[in-house]
Amino acid sequence: MEIEARANPMDKYLRADRIPHIWCSGCGLGIVLNAFLHAIEELNIDLDKLAVVSGIGCTGRIAGYINTDSYHTTHGRAIPFATGLKLANPEMKVVVISGDGDLFAIGGNHFIHAARRNIDITVIGVNNYNYGMTGGQLGPTTPLGARTTTSPYGNIEHPFNLCHVAHAAGAVYVARWTVLHAIRLKNSIKEALNKRGFSFIEVIAACPTTYGRRNKMPDALDEMRFYREHSVIKHGIDPSQANIEIGKEIVVGKFVDIEKPTFNEAVEELKKKVKKK
Amino acid sequence: MKKEIRFWNGSIAVSEGAIAAGCRFFAGYPITPASDIAEYMALRLPQEDGIFIQMEDEIASIAALLGASWGGAKVMTSTSGPGFSLMQENVGLAAVTETPLVIAEVQRAGPSTGMPTLVGQGDVMQSRWGSHGDYETIVISPSSPQESFDLVIRAFNLAELYRVPVIFLMDECIAHMSERVVIPPKEEIEVVERIKPNVSPEKYMPFQPVNDIAPMATAGMGYKVHVTGLTHNEKGYPMTTSPDIQEWMVRHICDKIRKNEHKIRDIEEYRMEDAEIAIVAFGIVGRSAKAAVKMARRHRIKAGLIRLKTIWPFPESYFESMADSIKKFIVAEINYGQIKLEVERAVHGKASVELLPKFGGAVHQPMEIYQKIKEVKNGN
Repeated sequence: MEIEARANPMDKYLRADRIPHIWCSGCGLGIVLNAFLHAIEELNIDLDKLAVVSGIGCTGRIAGYINTDSYHTTHGRAIPFATGLKLANPEMKVVVISGDGDLFAIGGNHFIHAARRNIDITVIGVNNYNYGMTGGQLGPTTPLGARTTTSPYGNIEHPFNLCHVAHAAGAVYVARWTVLHAIRLKNSIKEALNKRGFSFIEVIAACPTTYGRRNKMPDALDEMRFYREHSVIKHGIDPSQANIEIGKEIVVGKFVDIEKPTFNEAVEELKKKVKKK
Repeated sequence: MKKEIRFWNGSIAVSEGAIAAGCRFFAGYPITPASDIAEYMALRLPQEDGIFIQMEDEIASIAALLGASWGGAKVMTSTSGPGFSLMQENVGLAAVTETPLVIAEVQRAGPSTGMPTLVGQGDVMQSRWGSHGDYETIVISPSSPQESFDLVIRAFNLAELYRVPVIFLMDECIAHMSERVVIPPKEEIEVVERIKPNVSPEKYMPFQPVNDIAPMATAGMGYKVHVTGLTHNEKGYPMTTSPDIQEWMVRHICDKIRKNEHKIRDIEEYRMEDAEIAIVAFGIVGRSAKAAVKMARRHRIKAGLIRLKTIWPFPESYFESMADSIKKFIVAEINYGQIKLEVERAVHGKASVELLPKFGGAVHQPMEIYQKIKEVKNGN
């Protein structure tokens, strides 16, 4: 039987010649990408004025599939790259999409400083609790006790609560969703893209291939089912109260939405003040 | 416009040279002895409608340069050996994504933390081989504040022309010494802009060279370029399992520099017309070496100086042909033999090559070099 290939309305946002993507079946990244593309469509963002920057890892490959100026940088360095891009070319809407290991382990320093400076970028951090591309090692978000290839007896490290980190470092917009919350995620991305300053969205995503199967959730649906049963929406909650622990509830929602002058604005003001006549 | 005379140290001269070349973005991190450049850029760039940002470390600094360069700006950072070591991964990213940028590297004595406030020239090889894999950089070394101004303009022009990271390899004492600097009238300063595509986005191949260099479409121009550190084809798409694409890409990023070495080359020759012994030096040592040549000439020793203003790509064919007439080379450098190896390699055994090292913390005295010339002359 021949299946007729039909154009998908979202094709214009993708580099069609790069599909199929590299992600495993059951991976949450497709949902993140989909939510992002729908967000830019609904906001009617000019693709010529959008830049997507990523680091290294499974999530790091997102940039290469989106039909816009896209930059796949070195491991951990997406945020400082995006910082330079946004400062040199403020007309661009600059979005970083990368994984938990890339943004918070090797690149953690850059995350907190970009948030502190209030660089006008949106960071979408996909948290799948492990390093997927390298085979499922423990990362800075792996829950205590979880099994990974480098914590074969169970993780003995305390994980970061990413939203708490973002809030403490000064982000003006902080939200968390799981890939089950596709529509809410899309709406959050829209809000973040319209936000002046450093906005951060954490997306909890299934990784059945390298994480789930070592942690009693071998099927993507197991993880989705877990999100359905254990996610609790608590808008406006202090992010420090939203830790992620194995088997416990996952607090999601929009935690922070405040106003603060951005670095770009401060630079423009400074320039006006000191400009040589 | 008339020329202007200033009394500047190398740090100010390199900063003003960068601004004259069109640099409007600087990201850096404090490090001795290079901090003066960052401080001066923080003062000057906002006045010139430019952006200065102090990043959280050197890795972030060079990553920001890459982003700003793809944002369309001419960009520079300053650092010293330890910071330059931290930057190396992204030097490789700049090489493979063909991103123009300039790194002013004020060398201090290493290895490791070494002698932060004192001279050293141990970063010659780091500036060429610091990142992993095969790639090329251009490395320029000034001998004075005047050259810090003049040559950094050339550094920007070469970075933009060849789409390559250029390392402006300074010496601690050049950065800190003050001398007369002549600034030519603005209209006499040659400034090169990067080549932009003039085809439609559908026809544009972001990494397909046209006469060695691919035109560069930066963010927001509508070309929707994908830029990656992975091995990529002319379209910029990852091709991580093709040895053929790997060969094509590596040959391209190396050959665009190698085959233009004679155009990039910049060498000062002093009293070389009838020289029998040649001192090879760069940076601050070029100055003591010149004094040593004068001493030798007063004693009727036919010595000359070859001062490298561009160190990399190494002028191999130049040394090979020099070795037809010069049989004795002395390489004076403040390290334990880095340029010496290159000279030795380039002369193909046609001449003897001797090293006169200093290990850092002090510059060769002219008398030390003169003594070495006498030794070599007498065949000891």
